[in-house]
Amino acid sequence: MSRVLVGVKRVIDYAVKIRVKPDKSGVVTDGVKHSMNPFDEIAVEEAVRMKEKKLASEVIAVSCGPAQSQETLRTALAMGADRAIHVEISGPEYETLQPLHVAKILAKLSQDEKADLIIVGKQAIDDDSNQTAQMTAALLDWPQGTFASKIEKSDAGLTVTREIDGGLETVKTKMPAVISADLRLNEPRYATLPNIMKAKKKPMKKVSAKDLGVDLAARIKVISVEDPPVRQAGSIIPDVDTLVAKLKEGGHI
Amino acid sequence: MSQPQRRAVLNLYKTLLFLGRDWPQGYELFRKRLHNVFLRNSEETDSNKIDMMLKHGQFVVKEIEALYKLKKYRAMKRRYYDDN
Repeated sequence: MSRVLVGVKRVIDYAVKIRVKPDKSGVVTDGVKHSMNPFDEIAVEEAVRMKEKKLASEVIAVSCGPAQSQETLRTALAMGADRAIHVEISGPEYETLQPLHVAKILAKLSQDEKADLIIVGKQAIDDDSNQTAQMTAALLDWPQGTFASKIEKSDAGLTVTREIDGGLETVKTKMPAVISADLRLNEPRYATLPNIMKAKKKPMKKVSAKDLGVDLAARIKVISVEDPPVRQAGSIIPDVDTLVAKLKEGGHI
Repeated sequence: MSQPQRRAVLNLYKTLLFLGRDWPQGYELFRKRLHNVFLRNSEETDSNKIDMMLKHGQFVVKEIEALYKLKKYRAMKRRYYDDN
């Protein structure tokens, strides 16, 4: 029986059209719908399923961020996590929060809580860093199974099927380990209204990065955030000859 | 309408309203349509018919949940994986 720590991030909802701030310092987040990172939902679902199969004894959800991150944690609790830890980080510190900081926090928490397994989403859909799992594993010196599309319990540890370019790779890890969830690992359940209500009674602990002894000094500086290039409009051509001429002009034939 | 049935109807309405918050065309549209449907059937007194409608309501809840899941999965697949 093991204790599972799951990292969840509050991100701008996947369906929202992202707008860049006019001063290019970031994207507009005020008054924008936020929800749990879809890959983290998959991570939570996997942990909860492990608990349902009696492979895990307890599921702890962790989120680093401002006060609103508690809503994301509530969703995780509604999906079946047992308790939550909110690492409160707000203001300028949150803006420059990097996977390295989160990895340090997760590493520290996993030792404090005596976790045997950390599951996180492979990447967040806002910064797309894809670094937290790898860094956490390195900091703890634990084995890692990233981009997992299947996790099975074997005698000494886990058998993880990983999604890699052009195929699948199967690795065996010992426990404790760090896993990052890929899209095809499972289908996360919907957090229903009664479950969200029940989740309000589940314990949520609030800590600060300082309590954990993690230095949040910025390691990087954001120079500029810009919109991706806009696709140019096509044009309608009257006949085949013009088309051939245009293609020749463009060097395609 | 019997008491337990009344509660079931209210619960169904609340569950659907909650689901409506993620509706792609907006919560207001969803809420209006939902309200209309419930209003239209509010005069129903036949207990069997109410049971049938409740069952249909549960079916709609499942369908909407499935719709959201699929929509999210497809969006992620399109954004992060080659479409072959």
